[in-house]
Amino acid sequence: MSAVYAMYPDGDAAQRAVDGLRAAGFADRDITVISAQPMEGHEFSEMNKATWLWHIASAGGFLGLCGSTWFVQMTELAWPLQTGNMPIVAWWPNLIIIFEMTMLGAILATVVTLLVTAGLVRRMPALYDPEVSDGKILVGVANPAEASLPDLERALRAGGAAQLRRS
Amino acid sequence: MSDAPANRLSDDLLRPLLQTSWRFYALVAFLGSIVLMGLGTWAYQMYNGFGVTGINNPIFWAVYVTNFVFWIGISHAGMVITAILRLVNAGWRRPVTRCAEAITVFALMIGALFPLIHLGRPWLFFWLIPYPSSRQIWPNFRSPLVWDFFAISTYLTGSVLFLGLPMIPDFALVRDRTTGWRRRIYGGLALGWTGTPKQWHRLESAMSIMAIAILPVAISVHTVVSFDFSMAPVPMWHSTIFGPYFVAGAIFSGIAGLLIVTAALRKFLHLEEYVHPVHIQNLGKLLLLMSLLWAYFLFVERLTVWYGNESAEIAVLRVTQKGSFAPLYWTMVVCNFVMPFSILSLKKLRTITGCVIASCGVLIGMWLERFLIVVPSLGHKYLPYTWGTYRPRPVEILITISTFAALVLLYTLFVKFVPIISIWELRAAEHPSPALLPAAAREQALGETQA
Repeated sequence: MSAVYAMYPDGDAAQRAVDGLRAAGFADRDITVISAQPMEGHEFSEMNKATWLWHIASAGGFLGLCGSTWFVQMTELAWPLQTGNMPIVAWWPNLIIIFEMTMLGAILATVVTLLVTAGLVRRMPALYDPEVSDGKILVGVANPAEASLPDLERALRAGGAAQLRRS
Repeated sequence: MSDAPANRLSDDLLRPLLQTSWRFYALVAFLGSIVLMGLGTWAYQMYNGFGVTGINNPIFWAVYVTNFVFWIGISHAGMVITAILRLVNAGWRRPVTRCAEAITVFALMIGALFPLIHLGRPWLFFWLIPYPSSRQIWPNFRSPLVWDFFAISTYLTGSVLFLGLPMIPDFALVRDRTTGWRRRIYGGLALGWTGTPKQWHRLESAMSIMAIAILPVAISVHTVVSFDFSMAPVPMWHSTIFGPYFVAGAIFSGIAGLLIVTAALRKFLHLEEYVHPVHIQNLGKLLLLMSLLWAYFLFVERLTVWYGNESAEIAVLRVTQKGSFAPLYWTMVVCNFVMPFSILSLKKLRTITGCVIASCGVLIGMWLERFLIVVPSLGHKYLPYTWGTYRPRPVEILITISTFAALVLLYTLFVKFVPIISIWELRAAEHPSPALLPAAAREQALGETQA
């Protein structure tokens, strides 16, 4: 994999570079921006914002609710205890188990979805520079077409980059 | 944003990870020896049986259950406080969130150990776990002890994840700034994190969901712990107020624990530039609020029992307020109400030292409160011929002391391997976008009006 990128000192410069890349015809999905902290307030931070995380967390909670409801009811009916004419399926105490499992389902679904959709637990992508940890912002394009290289370099320089880098 | 402040921030907060002084090894050795002593004492108890403790009929729950409730209470420091502060986007939370979340995880681990210590045969602990056993019985879902298992397991899982997720970007930062084995270990822990806008969005969304999910779980955990008592027809236990009373007490002691830890980290790790007096004072104000709430609950509980004039309950009321437990009871009142109220309600005294003194008092007071809930009631049940008394033996005292050392040891090791302040969150606060940063995110004292 090849990539061309530049490091920018602040969000405004990175935004100019992203705008330049868009003007040069690069789609958002081709542009990579990497920062050491969330860059809220800059338009580029809105890229890929749409997420199903809330829905999946709710579905995980629902799964926990259904699973635990079945679990407590099944076990109470399959191994009935002597309850002295009280109901075999005891809903009040069962609600405690059901509640805990519902929340656990939501929590686990959230974490698994985060790991999958954020692209974690994978090898490090080639387009990365440890200078990001010093507070700089990386803007670049992975696998650019040969013909687009001049436009790409021009756009990155327009953002104020002193030098371009390749990986 | 210039590079210099970001680098200095990282350098300051990563220094404890990258530099180790002899003091660290000395502290670990000291604490480790106390923990080993505790483990040895536990082994002694297992070998000789429960006769070496002061636990006996009718007081079959004593210091161990007191410790269980106390540590589960301390664990509320992290989740309740940080989840609420995260949800309302309080900027002053940033330096204290990880401190608090770490307390939660370690306090829960220690608290969850006490039901095992309290077992005569702890190697049969798996009988508590709900699975179809060879004995062809399932655990009884009507038992509060089974509710404990589910509640604490869920809370511990959620707490570990709530603590761990925001650490990923900081692990990536350590990965980028280290070499050799450190780079490999932190690279693995960073899970391939780079810091794309997509990853930041997902992380922040996940943290919001987790904050919403963990809050009711945290409240349910201590409510369920209170059910261990209130479901039993024991004088002064069988009370509908126990759920909220326990939750309020847990948050109260949790804030006290967090305040002490934050002040200690500030002093010993030289974090004065990041943990400001206003952070400690804000926690002090929360402590004052919880002190008043605790006093309210105590009053309501005592008034109801006194007014009901039921003989067994009055016996417990008397023995705690005027009888053999009175010194402990009044110490509790002084530590939980008189002292924090006197110190924290006066601005002049609400200094870091004042807040720490009040918090130490609250920790002592809350431990006594748990003890006074457990022991006097069991010793004064409905039939006077079953009445009995209790005195803790050295075994119980040594194990209790060792758990305090265990918390400090775990915390010391944690601080050695993980940045104790979330670097990326602090950076985000230091260089915010004015357009998106809500006014509440500024470092502001609680109760101050905004300009």
